Amino acid sequence: MLEKNPVIFIILAFLVIMVGTTVTMIVPFKWINGPGDLIAGVKPYTPLQQEGRDIYMREGCNNCHSQTVRTLAADVERYGYGGTYSKSGEFVYDRPFLWGSRRTGPDLAHIGLKFPDPMGAWHRKHLENPQSVVPASNMPSYAFLNQPLDTTYTERKMKLLKFPYTQGDLDEVKGKTEMDAIVAYMRKLGTDIPIKKAEAATQPTGNLKNPYSDLKGVKAEALSLFAKDCAVCHGENRQGNIGPSLRGSAKSDAELFAIISNGRGGMPSFGSSLDEQKIWKMVTLIKLGKHDD
Amino acid sequence: MNAPTRYIDDSVKGFIIWSIIWGTVAVLVGILISLQLVWPQLNVAPYLTYGRLRPIHTNAGIFGWGIGSFIGLFFYITQRLTRTPLWSPGLARLTLWLFNIGIASAAVSLAMGYNRTKEYAELEWPLAIVVAIIWVLFSINVFMTILKRREEQMYISLWYIMAALVGVTVLYVINNLGVPLNFFKSYSIFAGTNDANVQWWYGHNAVAMVLTAPPLAIFYYYLPKVTGNPIFSHRMGIIAFWSLIFMYLWTGAHHLLWTPVPDWIQTLAMAFSIMLIAPSWGAVFNGYLTMNGQWEQMKTNYLVKFLICGITFYGLQTLQGPMQAIRTFSAFIHYTDWVPGHVHMGALGWVSMVLFAAIYYTVAKMYDTDIYSVKLADTHFWLVLVGQLVYSITMWVAGVQQGSMLLATNPDGTLHYSFMETMIAIFPYYKMRAVSGFIYLAGLVVFIYNIYKTAEKGNTQLSRASQP
Ligand code: HEC
Ligand code: HEC
Ligand code: HEM
Ligand code: HEM
Repeated sequence: MLEKNPVIFIILAFLVIMVGTTVTMIVPFKWINGPGDLIAGVKPYTPLQQEGRDIYMREGCNNCHSQTVRTLAADVERYGYGGTYSKSGEFVYDRPFLWGSRRTGPDLAHIGLKFPDPMGAWHRKHLENPQSVVPASNMPSYAFLNQPLDTTYTERKMKLLKFPYTQGDLDEVKGKTEMDAIVAYMRKLGTDIPIKKAEAATQPTGNLKNPYSDLKGVKAEALSLFAKDCAVCHGENRQGNIGPSLRGSAKSDAELFAIISNGRGGMPSFGSSLDEQKIWKMVTLIKLGKHDD
Repeated sequence: MNAPTRYIDDSVKGFIIWSIIWGTVAVLVGILISLQLVWPQLNVAPYLTYGRLRPIHTNAGIFGWGIGSFIGLFFYITQRLTRTPLWSPGLARLTLWLFNIGIASAAVSLAMGYNRTKEYAELEWPLAIVVAIIWVLFSINVFMTILKRREEQMYISLWYIMAALVGVTVLYVINNLGVPLNFFKSYSIFAGTNDANVQWWYGHNAVAMVLTAPPLAIFYYYLPKVTGNPIFSHRMGIIAFWSLIFMYLWTGAHHLLWTPVPDWIQTLAMAFSIMLIAPSWGAVFNGYLTMNGQWEQMKTNYLVKFLICGITFYGLQTLQGPMQAIRTFSAFIHYTDWVPGHVHMGALGWVSMVLFAAIYYTVAKMYDTDIYSVKLADTHFWLVLVGQLVYSITMWVAGVQQGSMLLATNPDGTLHYSFMETMIAIFPYYKMRAVSGFIYLAGLVVFIYNIYKTAEKGNTQLSRASQP
């Protein structure tokens, strides 16, 4: 019967595929993004951020960048930047989601925490010419984003997505470039979730004492730490790039320690990701390593 | 009733030719993006940057080469299995036009950045509607032919074809639901984690309904044709069929392990992925056992090589896939190059191998001649096989290496390698992968030449025969 009647066959096949569909795709609508998932601090995108998100989609950045910190310890350590793993509530305004399936480049879910500079100087330099900050990068150059942003649909987008906005928000978008928009989007990612705070900001007082008075013993480790965490802003050889040159410094050890620990302006804080010993080792490298590579 | 059926094959030819053209585009773009990953200077801003080209590559591969040749071959197979001429040749021609217009506009629109970003559903809504129309027109044509059939029994290939017709329609429509902003942009109606869950329900079942069911339909038709052996077990085929289409739909979340998607959905996906080994291998065994006592055909019959190699890669693919669906293993390889290794074993080793065999056979039949050169077909076989193996193996090694470097931590819990250290380690593999693309391309060129010569031979025989 079944083998002979194509109409019955098609209906049956449809029903069979709908079983798994219902359980794993339709039923979960009941919970996902429900009140239990919401996170108080998470705000919808501003007009400029949403324009930036649309440019992110247009350029297909999602083909190389994911946007979810998995619950794995290594993921949290690498991409959490003080936040923990990703939760549903962080994405309730994302239409579509942009989690991606490949990490040709690093995860960007919390990238706003990694580069706190409000002007986005690092992002601009990096997007214009990624190899100028990370020489071995294979990310394409996006210098062409320095062109006027088309704002024709900005207001309609906000209405359609049901995001709140003010006339001021809309005025802010006028005269901006596409680069401004995508940087605003990068700056927002991850910044409205609760993060682990570094213990009360370190004060550069006299009782902060550098335990390392000799560069020799710490040089190798300090260089490797520097390459990992600092080179993207201060240059491969500490010659300076977005951040100032760190080949020697007039500042005191304690001052340097405090800046690295607390951050300042475009300089992120490392107090929660590097322990004191490591920070001191880098202070030693900065102070004494004027001619060392 | 006994008069021989007159089959109508002009659209079959059209679809086969155009699918080969789009397949070549896919491979060329694939080679370009594989080179861009090594030399970013090869990005031509803004239209030919990696982020815009990669979806062109995947769409040309899956929709242009895959679906294009499936449509052509299904028009061919369905007529033979039902002993009925195609329901509407006019509609088939219209479908071909729409198909080519659709794929060409897809490529242009993706290069211009009109991209919904949901994988394998990137096209903006006007084009998504065109794709849906193409699929429905094709489905109606095939279904009506089956309905009007003269052969009562429906052979197993028809089952897989019909399942794909319904399956793809449901999946594609739901995952494309959105609200249009204007003609060029829309926003998904689902948000965040919901959108992710819908997308991968779609994404994984695109694998089931596009990259599994149709090639299986083709495999089940052509293996007996090519070898002269009937399929080993019709009953095993039936059981495997129903369990396959039942289980696949549960597994989408194996693309989302360790993410905010609820744990129980992930666990179900994991369990069903492992169970999928059974129906998948049902088809593999059915293929192998059909060859029982006839294995010398692997040497004597060039088409058997393609088909058996293809089903073998399908077998490996359906062991590797479930392994990737296990949380602990996924932690290592998810997001890494391992996955493109998996994808291309399926796309190049399974889908394309079966398509090559089917196209050789069908073209020779339609032109009522023999293949131009078996030797060239052998050369083609070895080139694409080596190309695919080099691609997959280099990417597996790269994936495991990068995956373990990314997860490596020091005793104090800090990370051992920076992201860039892990990336610099895999550049050599990226270079080898680009080379594998050229090897594969060489195989493809031999294939195209051979097909062209076969058609030419058929045409001259025909004109000679019609001379008095
Ligand atoms: C070919 C793949 C590729 C594409 C496409 C791509 N990137 Fe990248 N991206 C990378 C790689 C690799 C890195 C790491 C090296 C570096 O910093 O340049 C990176 C780094 C980044 C970083 C810094 C991440 C960090 O943790 O330091 C940001 C931010 C970024 N990309 C944003 C973007 C944006 C925005 C786009 C789209 C306009 C984009 N990328 C497109 C590959 C890519
Ligand atoms: C995102 C880019 C960025 C990263 C990463 C970064 N820095 Fe900075 N850094 C800056 C910027 C920008 C300044 C200048 C801040 C200012 O003027 O207020 C700065 C300033 C400094 C200063 C003060 C220099 C002075 O003479 O005033 C020190 C010391 C320093 N960084 C050390 C480090 C160390 C050590 C690391 C790695 C652990 C690091 N930075 C990583 C951007 C960065
Ligand atoms: C032999 C020539 C080919 C080369 C060199 C090639 C190259 C590539 C590259 C470089 C990527 C991106 C991988 C990444 O994200 O790191 C990719 C992805 C992909 N390709 Fe190919 N490709 C080829 C043939 C094909 C064909 C013929 C198909 C389809 C039938 C195909 C389907 C895909 C798919 C589906 C993806 C996405 C994979 C994912 O999301 O993980 N490719 N290919
Ligand atoms: C039992 C069968 C299979 C299972 C359980 C399975 C499982 C998986 C899993 C778990 C992934 C995600 C990997 C990751 O991102 O971590 C994946 C990716 C993929 N598989 Fe399979 N697979 C199976 C068969 C196949 C077959 C036959 C093909 C045919 C070509 C295929 C094509 C793909 C593609 C294209 C992707 C990439 C999706 C993307 O990220 O864009 N799979 N598979």
